[in-house]
Amino acid sequence: MVTVKVLGSGCPSCKRLEAIVRTIAQRKTYPIEIQKVTEFMDIMHYRILATPGLVINEVVKSAGRIPSDADISAWLDAAADHHH
Amino acid sequence: MEQSTMLETASEQQTLRHRTTLLMGLAVLAWWLAYRSVQPLAAWLTYDLLGLARGSHLGESVAFFLYDVPKILLLLSGMIFAISVIRTFFSPERTRLLLGGKRQGVGNVLAAMLGIVTPFCSCSAVPLFIGFVESGIPLGVTFSFLIAAPTINEVAMVMLYGLFGLRVAAMYVGSGLVIAIVAGIIIGRLHLERYVEDFVWQIQVSNDVFIEHLTWEQRIARAVESVREIVGKVWLYVIIGIAVGAAIHGYVPESALADIMGRNQWWSVPAAVVLGIPLYSNAAGVIPIVHALMEKGAALGTVLAFMMAVVGLSLPETIILRRVLKPQLIAVFLGTVAIAIIVTGYLFNLVV
Repeated sequence: MVTVKVLGSGCPSCKRLEAIVRTIAQRKTYPIEIQKVTEFMDIMHYRILATPGLVINEVVKSAGRIPSDADISAWLDAAADHHH
Repeated sequence: MEQSTMLETASEQQTLRHRTTLLMGLAVLAWWLAYRSVQPLAAWLTYDLLGLARGSHLGESVAFFLYDVPKILLLLSGMIFAISVIRTFFSPERTRLLLGGKRQGVGNVLAAMLGIVTPFCSCSAVPLFIGFVESGIPLGVTFSFLIAAPTINEVAMVMLYGLFGLRVAAMYVGSGLVIAIVAGIIIGRLHLERYVEDFVWQIQVSNDVFIEHLTWEQRIARAVESVREIVGKVWLYVIIGIAVGAAIHGYVPESALADIMGRNQWWSVPAAVVLGIPLYSNAAGVIPIVHALMEKGAALGTVLAFMMAVVGLSLPETIILRRVLKPQLIAVFLGTVAIAIIVTGYLFNLVV
């Protein structure tokens, strides 16, 4: 199981990132759980200062931007591989 | 075996780097050629192809429009690319490290300057604010950053350069820095920590932060992406703004505005600031109009004050900051920045 967290409190790019992650996740064969983290208390826990943030299996992958689809997809695969 | 794979990747990386360098060189050359041919092309289209008379109202307006639109869009793409590459070397996380342990004064100056080069979106103002004050950066220094980052706006900077020239663009950046530094120092001196929402002080922020290490290829790819995003967002405003500006340029008589927007009207600067605050998202469209107004007699200080109120004092950012600041501190923040902008406007009207 790969756990993805999209950090952000309702900014337009946070919503876009969440939608992108959901689309990419649909094409994967392994189970992926997507969570939205909107409380600043919880966002700040991941030591980022800009949203949207992307966290995969508790590791911060990006902050303050929307990564490319290829990057997100590769990060997901790497996290799934690592798990097995 | 392992060594040979490593060598292969190293040579692959070198090929990639050569290709990136070549592509960059070609892009710069193409940009330069296009930029050089804008003026002759606009004149040829207007006076030869469309057959409009030189010096006529319509001819002047059309030539102005056909020259300014491609010129500004080319300038925006080229310069935002360069600024975006520089910004890949900075991040809010890195800026926080640089500001850590800095006192009032030096800290305010550094924070204002970092505000120009740090990528910042007002939608991230809250995590940034919490991260800064929690790691011990003084409130006033944090505000210098939060004022400089949106006030010294890259689109406004490029458009001022394209339409008014280097001197006005430099004055805009310089006065933005001074406003951010002075307002930050004043807010710091007032000791307003009690007007920060209480939950902010309860959040635990760890001092190690998320820092990325990028290759040049990644920096260039990100810069291309941000050019696409920013130019994609403003191009329509630019065209509409230039169209209105072109109409004013061709049809409004010289010095028609000297009476209402000239330097002798004491109330024109504060009126420009009040008008500018709600106009946030249209900065790109506002500058060409303001440029045309200035040709007809509006004063430079009034115009700059309007500009800075448009980009620096934005309603959306204020609403977002309300989540971490009590109303009293919001009022002090808006009031201090508005007064600083008004004073700057008067100063430019006096001096220039």
